[in-house]
Amino acid sequence: MLNPNNVTVSVVNQPHFIENGALEIPMYQVLDEQGNVIEGAEVPDIDKETALKIFDTMQFVRVLDDRMIAAQRQGRISFYMQCLGEEAAITASAAALGDTDMIMSQYREHAALHYRGFKLDQFMNQMFSNELDLGKGRQMPIHYGTKELHFATVSSPLATQIPQATGYAYGQKLAGKKECTLCYFGEGAASEGDFHAGMNMAAVHKVPCIFFCRNNGYAISTPASEQFAGDGIASRGLGYGMKTIRVDGSDALAVYHATQLARKTAVEDNAPVLIESCAYRLGGHSTSDDPTGYRTKDEEKQFGASDPLVKFKHWLEQKGWLDAQDEQVKLAQLRKEILAAVKVAEVIDKPAFEEMFTDVYAEMTPHLLEQMNELKAHIKKYPEAYPVTSGRID
Amino acid sequence: MAKINMLQAINSALDITLEEHDNAVVFGEDVGIFGGVFRATSHLQEKYGRDRCFNTPLVEQGIIGFANGLAAQGSIAIAEIQFADYIFPAFDQIVNETAKFRYRSGNEFNVGSLVIRTPYGGGIAGGLYHSQSPEAYFAHTPGVKIVVPRNAYQAKGLLLAALKEPDPVIFFEPKRLYRASVGEVPDGSYELPIGKAEIVKNGEQVTVLAWGAQMEIIEKAVEMAEEDGISCEIIDLRTITPWDYETVVQSVLKTGRLVINHEAPLSCGFGSEIAATIQEKCFLYLESPIMRVCGPDTPFPLIHEKEYMPDHLKTYEAIKRSANY
Repeated sequence: MLNPNNVTVSVVNQPHFIENGALEIPMYQVLDEQGNVIEGAEVPDIDKETALKIFDTMQFVRVLDDRMIAAQRQGRISFYMQCLGEEAAITASAAALGDTDMIMSQYREHAALHYRGFKLDQFMNQMFSNELDLGKGRQMPIHYGTKELHFATVSSPLATQIPQATGYAYGQKLAGKKECTLCYFGEGAASEGDFHAGMNMAAVHKVPCIFFCRNNGYAISTPASEQFAGDGIASRGLGYGMKTIRVDGSDALAVYHATQLARKTAVEDNAPVLIESCAYRLGGHSTSDDPTGYRTKDEEKQFGASDPLVKFKHWLEQKGWLDAQDEQVKLAQLRKEILAAVKVAEVIDKPAFEEMFTDVYAEMTPHLLEQMNELKAHIKKYPEAYPVTSGRID
Repeated sequence: MAKINMLQAINSALDITLEEHDNAVVFGEDVGIFGGVFRATSHLQEKYGRDRCFNTPLVEQGIIGFANGLAAQGSIAIAEIQFADYIFPAFDQIVNETAKFRYRSGNEFNVGSLVIRTPYGGGIAGGLYHSQSPEAYFAHTPGVKIVVPRNAYQAKGLLLAALKEPDPVIFFEPKRLYRASVGEVPDGSYELPIGKAEIVKNGEQVTVLAWGAQMEIIEKAVEMAEEDGISCEIIDLRTITPWDYETVVQSVLKTGRLVINHEAPLSCGFGSEIAATIQEKCFLYLESPIMRVCGPDTPFPLIHEKEYMPDHLKTYEAIKRSANY
């Protein structure tokens, strides 16, 4: 124990207030706006296969997002959220993890899930709430989750995953596994009480957890300037006694390297790390809002100019790892596959009626069984009113 | 008098309050320039400035804690929680602070000038976290009043009354009806009574009771039942706390039968409280058991939303069972 207050003591004899700005937080960047390596930048050790997998994943979500927003507008799904502008931050961070590291996401991180191996048809099954959806059609579109790929099921309430990530990582440490948990959240969610709780406990209990803040400038309509007055989210990391880095979120290489190093600290030193990734949410919050209601097109043009895909593509081409013509063919193919997958998923049966009552508890309780049977009898009486399930009730 | 929807009616009530009281403040997530995710606060920031209508950081416990402090100071604090499903981080501030401010201080301090507005309820493909009806959690807490309007006219009159109430009020807004409920609403100020149920339709054989968005459901069910020759009395409870048991008792003494409908799960829903009180006060007059048509005891599912909802058909069946018991 340093002293009972657990503080450093450096006595001064004049009143000295520390002010905002006293701490300079640099932003790690490897690629410039065009995608050239900045002179003197530390470039991560990355092989061709990994780099191309990152690129393919970014490309995949870019096209998926575009098609699914169209599908939402056509009324085929009720809701969608895209990650336009943040593809590098999400994909490259996931790429720097081990396959069995846990990911606890907010809701805009389907790129990380795809990187892990979640297939197109699995995305579709969830979005169309059909009987092959792992979540049994219970949650709104984009609320994915899979134990097999170590990706916790998305919960709409914000920031709840942050202290959970701390607890999960503590369990990993206790089990002696050389694994960590990566927790994604937005700069808006960082205002929630759960953020403070999770960060503080992670630092106190020394857990192998990477807190990955996607500072994308907006929480629905609320700009970061109305969300906090301090220097981003990174400034808070030090307050919790946590190793912290700010990184350019549109730069796949910088994100990849920062996360690699963070993972090393988490797993080898059993210490949490905060990464603040700065990018721009180029799209709306979701299909339920229209950004023209709260920001200008000029602003979007200015801050959206730095396209993570374009930058990374340029770097890959310079390396000679990417063939532009191949890419065109692949893109066209991907669009076709997505359209075909939509058509398949939307006609698959919806989950059985009983699934409404299962999983409330490990075993269905007697009162739930009774409610289920009463409802079943009612649906049989009015089958036309319950078209999703009436045809399949015995 | 113009035909407007419930959002416009709520907006009008807020506008009137901000206009009349310089110390009235509207705040919450995205309520500023965007006007809220449902647009209930449209143009208020433009009209009254950023000091009177503003976005807060994304922290419900902060919003309500801030609101408690602001109301204790004497301002009119009008806090929005974006969805009732997201009110729970503020549970401590509401249950331990809002509700007990007056009592614990011996009435030295109170937060009577606080109104928490929050959209609730299902039927909009919202799944687990954009559909819940959490009124019963708060009804279990003495010290906070709970009001739920059923249409645009009721919303404006009840909200204006809630803002004048000397006690803190949670104002649950049925979001399914935000745009769907359109009706004649006076342009100016008017109040509807808090703590007073309304008999929407007189009848003889079965009392059918609900509140908020479920009112149109029970009205539809009653239409069906009356075609079968069952005369029903319809009551809109309007206020959950303090609920107007006198009106319900008088109705049940006449009809001898009661069907309660709410969207929240059956167990420990507010219907349980109503059933317990009515059997106590009307025991010898009851012709059939009090029936509850509610959500099942499961989270609110997306794909099985229709199955989950206590709809008009389930209510119609309950009315018949009650009448033919």
